[in-house]
Amino acid sequence: MVNADPKGVDAGPHFLDGDHALAEGALAAGCRFFAGYPITPSTETAERFAERAPEVGALFIQMEDELASIAALIGAAWGGQKVMTVTSGPGFSLMMENIGLAVMTETPMVIANVQRGGPSTGLPTLTAQQDMMQVRFGSHGDYNIIALSPDSPQECFDLAVWAFNLSEIYRVPVFIMTDETVGHMHEKVVIPPADRIRIVERNNYKGPKEDFRPYKFDCQGGHPMARAGDGYRFHITGLTHNERGYPAMTPEQNVKVLTHLMEKIDGNAEQIIRLEEDGLDDADVVVVSYGITSRIAIRAVHEARELGLKVGALRLITVWPFCEARIRELASRVKAIIVVEINYGQMVREAERCVAGRCRVVSVNHCGGAVHDPKVIVGAIKEAAL
Amino acid sequence: MSCPSSCETSCQSCGSEADEDTSVAGMLRMERMPHIWCPGCGIGSVVTSFVEAVRRSGLNRDKIAVVSGIGCTGRVAGYVDFDSIHSTHGRAIPVATGLHLANPDLKVVVFSGDGDLTGIGGNHFIHAARRNMNLTVICVNNFTYGMTGGQVTPTTPAGANASTTPYGNYEYPFSLPFLADAAGATYIARWTSLHSRNITQSIEEALQHRGFSFVEVITPCTTLYLRRNRLGDGVDTLQYYQDNSILKHGADTRETAIDFQGKMLVGKFVERQKPTYLDAVNATCARLIGDDYQLYGKTPPEKEAEKK
Repeated sequence: MVNADPKGVDAGPHFLDGDHALAEGALAAGCRFFAGYPITPSTETAERFAERAPEVGALFIQMEDELASIAALIGAAWGGQKVMTVTSGPGFSLMMENIGLAVMTETPMVIANVQRGGPSTGLPTLTAQQDMMQVRFGSHGDYNIIALSPDSPQECFDLAVWAFNLSEIYRVPVFIMTDETVGHMHEKVVIPPADRIRIVERNNYKGPKEDFRPYKFDCQGGHPMARAGDGYRFHITGLTHNERGYPAMTPEQNVKVLTHLMEKIDGNAEQIIRLEEDGLDDADVVVVSYGITSRIAIRAVHEARELGLKVGALRLITVWPFCEARIRELASRVKAIIVVEINYGQMVREAERCVAGRCRVVSVNHCGGAVHDPKVIVGAIKEAAL
Repeated sequence: MSCPSSCETSCQSCGSEADEDTSVAGMLRMERMPHIWCPGCGIGSVVTSFVEAVRRSGLNRDKIAVVSGIGCTGRVAGYVDFDSIHSTHGRAIPVATGLHLANPDLKVVVFSGDGDLTGIGGNHFIHAARRNMNLTVICVNNFTYGMTGGQVTPTTPAGANASTTPYGNYEYPFSLPFLADAAGATYIARWTSLHSRNITQSIEEALQHRGFSFVEVITPCTTLYLRRNRLGDGVDTLQYYQDNSILKHGADTRETAIDFQGKMLVGKFVERQKPTYLDAVNATCARLIGDDYQLYGKTPPEKEAEKK
């Protein structure tokens, strides 16, 4: 790891919304190519990047649609740049096919989804967390990704930097699953000086040409890429391929490729999963939440504790890969796990799968357009603690 | 030019080309042969012209990248020995746009079929032309979706039979030179796969052109389009090209429509100069930041290393 390039770091205290903080995080992380298409409530990130690009020596391009935006990222990543785009519901749906290509070609990139209510055009200006399953399973075929969920503009900045680092290490698209409320909420954001921001640089292959392989199916990250123009004459394809990158369409090869794509994430889950825990040691009830919802959930947890209930909070900073081990461990010693989220019940399914009947699982859902009323969560805690 | 450090391949440290095999075979990934294309297919002729054009152009082969989409022509990226990306259906141009903008030293060439380029990818085609993006786009136009079994495309002539227009095509087809011209392309040529020397020359000019260059090559799909329309084999089609191609450089692109088995205008229709997308970006930024503005300007540690 190296220190951040100071050119991209606007160090000091700022008053920013989450969307703007995402752009600053990307620039601090060394992102120098942004292709995007306007969509509410994410557009401010693109606008900030477009405004800052000339002074940083970065390039912003507004493409003709989201299909083109994500495709351009794949090209630009193999051209040697760190790349990002930002979108929301409908645009995210349009990106799905080439998210699959990015996964298959093991192309590092960061995609932020500032979630809004759906389905379809839904609630363009109002908050939701309804794309949590789509981010994991939305493109066709089996695959694996990393998704993070910030709960504040400060965390939008911090997680943007970490997302770029993770995407470089594991050569996988990393998603920042924020939402309209965090995206449009102004708070204090402190950007540290460049020498306090640690960056994973692009790992470009430098060895002999005949030994270059764009892939290594060893279920690990850290494998080098080549930059177009450096003389390695790489080939990448969305077809099932061998380590040279050439098509190799057999069932046996698909086992190798798919196992690698899944296990390089799941096998390194301990390094990728970040959680924030509060009062879990003696808890009878655990409230699980992520993103903006965790800020309401934590208030409800504190109110319930004042009522004498033994309740703790678990905030998922990394949503995917899911914290299976932690949920299993908690399930064996608590009465109930409550999952609070702004959707019809998405991550609660993962919790139920991991709990496997060992404790109660309660979904406190909200169909989108607003955040929860903390009273509803307190009510659920009271009922679960009985 | 021979390399003073006598390296085996083209050398990054000295920037010179080693005595590399620049024959057609030397520019292909021969370990991947045989290719998937049918006997009589025109794609191979276009690939041969492309590598010949690269050789003649004298451009550094390592600074040329090839991007393709999906379909028979989409497989070109896998057979040519260049940095190459075989992307998704219709998305070759935006992938190429990203590759070029991330690394402006590269000349990025898109190989695309008519369905890939102007059906599913039509929006990207007109927008890259509009921006005068510095790309070379080669369209192998065989009037059919070959890989999926001979369906109608946006260029299939009216009346032609396709597997999804079994009673004849009742749609109006695109004329691609006209489309490219209207959208803003700054180099446009059309040939048939019979005109192999002209294709080579046009691709060479396109590689040297700054801006959006478009070379359309009309080719036979022997297995599907020809057979379904009872047009004989590949040789019969080359005879048809011979008898019906009308050479007209500088032709008004409004006259370039192709009727079923009708006459076809071929030649270099458009060649004009206009700032590229990146020229325009750089001019705007230099006005804003000053003359020392540099896209992806070196980082302080890189500058430090250079001084040492």
